[in-house]
Amino acid sequence: MFSKTTLLTVLLALSIASCTSKKQADEAAKNSPTPSEAATPQPEVHGAEMKSVELTTPLNKEWVSAGKSIYDTKCLACHKLTDEKLVGPGWSGVTRKREPVWIMNMITNVEMMLEKDEEAQKLLEQCLVRMPNQNVTQDDARKILEFMRSNDGEK
Amino acid sequence: MKFQPYHLLFAVLISGSAMLLPACKPHNPTSAVEGDAASKVYVAPGKYDEFYNIVSGGFNGQVSVYGLPSGRLFRIIPVFSQMPENGWGYSEETKPMLNTSHGFVPWDDSHHIALSTTNGEHDGRWAFVNANNTPRIARINLSTFRTEEIIEIPNSSGNHSSPFITENSEYAVAGTRFSYPMDDDASNPDVPISTYKQNFKGTVSFIGINPESGRMNVAFQLLLPGVNFDLSRCGRGPSHDWFFFSCYNTEQANTLLEVNASQKDKDFIMAVNWKKCEEYAKAGKGKVTRVRYAHNVYDETKHAATSTIETETIVLDPKSLKDVVYFMPCPKSPHGCDVDPTGEYICGSGKLAAVIPVFSFSKIQKAISDANFEGEFDGIPVLKYDAVLHGEVKKPGLGPLHTEFDGKGFAYTSFFVSSEIVKWNIEKLEVVDRVPTYYSIGHLCVPGGPTRKPHGKYVIAYNKITKDRYLPTGPELTQSAQLYDISGDKMKLLLDFPTTGEPHYAEAIPASLVTPKQTKIYKIEENNHPYAAKGEKEAKVFREGNKVHVVMTSIRSHFTPDNIEGVKLGDEVYFHVTNLEQDWDVPHGFAVKGANNAEILIMPGETCTLKWVPDRVGVFPIYCTDFCSALHQEMQGYVRVSKSGANVPLTFSTGKKAEEGK
Repeated sequence: MFSKTTLLTVLLALSIASCTSKKQADEAAKNSPTPSEAATPQPEVHGAEMKSVELTTPLNKEWVSAGKSIYDTKCLACHKLTDEKLVGPGWSGVTRKREPVWIMNMITNVEMMLEKDEEAQKLLEQCLVRMPNQNVTQDDARKILEFMRSNDGEK
Repeated sequence: MKFQPYHLLFAVLISGSAMLLPACKPHNPTSAVEGDAASKVYVAPGKYDEFYNIVSGGFNGQVSVYGLPSGRLFRIIPVFSQMPENGWGYSEETKPMLNTSHGFVPWDDSHHIALSTTNGEHDGRWAFVNANNTPRIARINLSTFRTEEIIEIPNSSGNHSSPFITENSEYAVAGTRFSYPMDDDASNPDVPISTYKQNFKGTVSFIGINPESGRMNVAFQLLLPGVNFDLSRCGRGPSHDWFFFSCYNTEQANTLLEVNASQKDKDFIMAVNWKKCEEYAKAGKGKVTRVRYAHNVYDETKHAATSTIETETIVLDPKSLKDVVYFMPCPKSPHGCDVDPTGEYICGSGKLAAVIPVFSFSKIQKAISDANFEGEFDGIPVLKYDAVLHGEVKKPGLGPLHTEFDGKGFAYTSFFVSSEIVKWNIEKLEVVDRVPTYYSIGHLCVPGGPTRKPHGKYVIAYNKITKDRYLPTGPELTQSAQLYDISGDKMKLLLDFPTTGEPHYAEAIPASLVTPKQTKIYKIEENNHPYAAKGEKEAKVFREGNKVHVVMTSIRSHFTPDNIEGVKLGDEVYFHVTNLEQDWDVPHGFAVKGANNAEILIMPGETCTLKWVPDRVGVFPIYCTDFCSALHQEMQGYVRVSKSGANVPLTFSTGKKAEEGK
């Protein structure tokens, strides 16, 4: 988790940082004296990375409607259903532009995506606001995906 | 300065006996630290401390949280105080927490921490803290580090021997430091102050704690002779059913206590069989009396507190019950009254005594069953000193105050006047080590010191005087704590660290008992605040008479709505702000120009309400006060205030252009 005050630094670092600098920092921390065995690095919990997502047709209507209500609470503030960018990109066409597994990981594993995924990093450079972890479970993310498909005209 | 009246007496005492005792003057401050101290307190960037140190704030009415061994300050928790930094006590939801039978009391003097225990060991659930001035006990949830409950103590004044708790957190206690007149209805009648001996009484209250929710209630109270109850500790193991209280001013003086309450060679430690009291209370042997006290509870799902005035309490009279309360003579004006981890030894600290008396629980039991009394004090039996004494530590130092334990058979006693910590063997009553403190130590803390299983490793001194230890800041200097390594035979000074308010008692608990339970966000789905907007579609502005409710949301990096018109002079505006974020460490702030109360900080998933009464016509900015994102500076809006009776309709919006796309 990045603290708010370091956010700008992180944004800058994202474009230039390499794995070496992180390794060096880890080395430095390892070599410095530790007061106790109980002193542990700060843990950070994310959802497990998804490797594949299975889509079915026709759409699951219950998921579409559940996805819509999650969208209203947790996503609508930043994402419109058109192609217009608000804080983040509009959702229209997203299911044609991105793989389902990319969408799912972006929702549930945003920290990992911003660290590893070039497309996600490009979006951060455009939007300049880190996509927040909105504490969405994999099941709920799947329902949101179904709602996105419906928003893109799938039946 | 933090001197209390008795300190003057110490000064007199010093001048008489300083030459007889070692270590009255601290060693040269700069020579006290040995070479490897820095590495023992260094916590590398990105690493955690091993212990939380939960520290009372004294006259700031707050609790502060430090890491050990680094001494880094993590958080100041407002308890009996308002905090403009986050709106605690200013927001509509938290104002009820500071309600009392005297009305809104947004300050206090908080002295002692008690961390919840199960089977006499830390369980990492709650921290309790007392308010000395307007008697109250607060419960802080160690998952949220927020004050969840405050209960006022009826029939009490000067709630000092508090909130110490029993081994399974069955009860927290509250004893009157200031006795005061109480008639048969336990009310506070109008009588001459000079009638102390006839009319003044003390009480000790047992505050029940629900084992699941932590909710408190005034379970029962004991009506006691008018003396000053100072500090207290529960029994442990074999003495589980008992509670011990130090008492001074058994002279029953009502003026110039500095002299008049220092006449007798011995005062008392009071032993209370709380288990029996509990039985008597349940059996209806108490008197139900009419009282008024506030009980304030914060509801985590509504994100709001309620204050209820309660009207009854049960008062037990130990004089008629006979077998629940006993006095033990204790030299002289005892302060600390500390029970060792085995539960067998009770250590008194006579502030004006040249010995540390150690009482034996098994001897106390025998003396009670043998009725080995030397007399009565105001109807309460007084046990014979020699019959209950394990022994005395002779000439340990000057001005003993408090004792903590390491679980290895040693006790650590703080000495205010001679500015030192003295380590001694409990069984043998022998001093084995002493270290200077800088300066004039009050309380001290060993992690887990007041439990059956101390975690040991360190002792922390909370000092009353700090001059020459830190860069000066005018007449008022920082407060100071000092960390000592006690893992070896000799105590070693490792670190000075500044503290806020005036720390009295503190406890330290292994981080491993607290960090896994941390609340990171409030789930937006579980938000039951009546004015929550769970998503921007629920945002709205509506009028009820002259009250305008703004039900709004915040998320990186905008408010919805952020343009509001139609507010009129004479209106009261309530901004109910819901933070839609669901990520750890992403609070948003909210502020409006000219607000007479505070800003508010809203945690992820939470709703907070700021009341604003505009005092002039114009357009007023609102903005986020907590740097939240790269576009934080863009997180702002406007409220238009028109004159009373103006023809401006109540409207609200965010991003008109964006609205069209919806």
